[in-house]
Amino acid sequence: MINFNYTIWIPLLPFLMFLVLGLAGHKLKAKLSGLMGTSGLAVITVLSYITAYKYFFTTEKIDGAYQKLIAFNTVWLQFTDNLHIDLGILLDPISVMMLVVVTTVSLMVHIYSLGYMKGEKGYERFYAFLSLFSFSMLGLVLASNIFQMYIFWELVGVSSFLLIGFYYQKPSAVRASKKAFIVTRFADFGFLVGILILSFNTKTFDFISLTDPSGFAIAQGSSLAFMGLSVMTWSMIFIFMGGVGKSAMFPFHIWLPDAMEGPTPVSALIHAATMVVAGVYLVARMFPIYSISAPVALEVVAYVGAFSSLFAAIIACTQTDIKRVLAYSTMSQIGYMMMALGVSGYGGHDGLGYMASMFHLFTHAMFKALLFLGAGAIIHAVHTNHMTEMGGLRKYLPITHLTFLIACLTIAGIPPLSGFFSKDEILVAAFHHNKLLFAVEYAVAGLTAFYMFRLYFSVFWGKDTHYHHTPHEAPATMTIPLVILAAASVFTGFIPFNELVTSDGKAFETHLDYAVAIPSVLIGLLGIGIAYIMYKKETTIPDRLTATFKYSYKWAYNKFYIDEVYLFMTKNIIFRYISTPIAWFDRHIIDATMNAIAELTQNVSFRIRGFQSGQLQKYGFVFISGAVILAILFVYLWK
Amino acid sequence: MSSGIPVQYFLILATIMFFAGIYGFLTRRNLITILMSVELILNSVNINFMAFNRYLYPHKLEGMFFSMFVIAVAACEAAVAIAIIINIYRRFTTINVEDVNEMKF
Repeated sequence: MINFNYTIWIPLLPFLMFLVLGLAGHKLKAKLSGLMGTSGLAVITVLSYITAYKYFFTTEKIDGAYQKLIAFNTVWLQFTDNLHIDLGILLDPISVMMLVVVTTVSLMVHIYSLGYMKGEKGYERFYAFLSLFSFSMLGLVLASNIFQMYIFWELVGVSSFLLIGFYYQKPSAVRASKKAFIVTRFADFGFLVGILILSFNTKTFDFISLTDPSGFAIAQGSSLAFMGLSVMTWSMIFIFMGGVGKSAMFPFHIWLPDAMEGPTPVSALIHAATMVVAGVYLVARMFPIYSISAPVALEVVAYVGAFSSLFAAIIACTQTDIKRVLAYSTMSQIGYMMMALGVSGYGGHDGLGYMASMFHLFTHAMFKALLFLGAGAIIHAVHTNHMTEMGGLRKYLPITHLTFLIACLTIAGIPPLSGFFSKDEILVAAFHHNKLLFAVEYAVAGLTAFYMFRLYFSVFWGKDTHYHHTPHEAPATMTIPLVILAAASVFTGFIPFNELVTSDGKAFETHLDYAVAIPSVLIGLLGIGIAYIMYKKETTIPDRLTATFKYSYKWAYNKFYIDEVYLFMTKNIIFRYISTPIAWFDRHIIDATMNAIAELTQNVSFRIRGFQSGQLQKYGFVFISGAVILAILFVYLWK
Repeated sequence: MSSGIPVQYFLILATIMFFAGIYGFLTRRNLITILMSVELILNSVNINFMAFNRYLYPHKLEGMFFSMFVIAVAACEAAVAIAIIINIYRRFTTINVEDVNEMKF
């Protein structure tokens, strides 16, 4: 057994960094605090790579399967002998993989921010929050029980809130951070209810005993039923609700586009690569339960994922703010991962969807972080978010242009880039399970290629816009992470995920299914081709198209009015019919009772204050008469 | 020895003194006279102590000592009370108890 004790430092180091930068950061030089945060993260990145190497290549497999290891465990809250909440570190294929994803992207973002945030006010605050986020995300990933996961789940929510609202002088940023926090918090309520139902029935929080496919926990599920579904199914649906909120799936997706108000490196780290995939990670973590005792909940996962991916892809085609296009693209890709989990089975080749989902999570983290960082470099150069104000940037930003192109090709699924492999596995998994979902994902693949290249062509090609001052390439601190991530996007497709990260830890055979792969590449190329015709040069085709499909375009442009529906629901229904009566009850019943008691006391004391006359002899008279009366009572009536 | 005098006589004397003191305390307006009435009450209690000591436990001295204490405390109390009265006089230029009624609602 190899010693993994040092893994405790992986989450702890960013936490210490957060304390140092948060408490003493304003005394340090801005540059020093940035370097400290970055070097701390570099250390844990190296530690994570060592852990991944040791876990995947030197740990002994039992029965050909990777085992779940508890590297560290401590009882944190002891309620009774059986009921206790632990804090620990669980190593298994997905947590080790996530460790690599989180530390890699986080390190890239740290380096990138050295250049991007230069000269910003609150530089050290930014790094403190980034460290807090890294700590919470690593804690979430390594959690050994579901309650610990919930704690860190909320912590990433808080750090996301803090970072979206980083420019807190801007009212729109404040609104966006509030919205993100409230929406995800509302969804997390479902998560908590799910945890409570689950743990009440299984009497454990621990992941290993919860997800043991032959264990007691899974057998427990089907015994009780409520409204036609087993208790296990209900709890899994509730837990999935938390995942829906965090991963910005329909209908809790409304916070993600607004979250783009935060600094761009934050969008790359939190709202593209790591935090938003926490929902996928959660479902993957609980996967044996979903698959074996709650198949209905798994169907829900599949349909929510597929619908969100289509829905977001359509909206992404109409947006003009580059970060919003990327945000919807993120939502769409996460929908892919959810759908892949939903169509997966447990064990062996049935677990193809599971493997594909994790694979796509990995590759998506790389190329989407690259896209966001590239977008950051563009915004840094031209000081605007709007595609309409850009064009012809390829001459000014050669490195950004090249890396952005690689990322766009990757997300469009062009071989041999990584996105092709992971997307292909997902499509194969869907093809074998559910033809409807498969068709939807096919359409989404085409849409994805279209909107990404719409973005690419209108930013880097298209009309030659005249800028106030000539845009210049970003500094080396910003371009180096772009190049590294571009390399990752190209090569990570060759990682043999089918041997490393599978639903039951055992390797299985996969091969390219040409019947699925070739059409998916073709549809990707078709999307690129359409975008090329429409946006390579300045043409009137887009305008004519929007004129033709005036209403559907307007619907999609306004994000299908989901925000308005929410506003209507909250303002006109919840606030008017629930909150207002409650407020009335509070003011007129509860407060009024208290006020009445206070007023009564005041009135009575006002009346009787005359007794306090200041006449000493009156007091004496009252005292002596009282004493005499008591004496008489005692002498004559006391028996 | 005064064994011929029954104990009731002492008690009657003490009661008269006590209520005379109470009456003085409640009706006189001069602070000095009120203080004198208080002394009268204390002395009536002393007489009770002495009488009961003599008739119930003739061989013990507790009652005697208690009276001594009361006398000592009364002396101190008189000193303090007169000091207070002097201060009241300086402040209000009166020692009429009815005019000293600042401490009220």
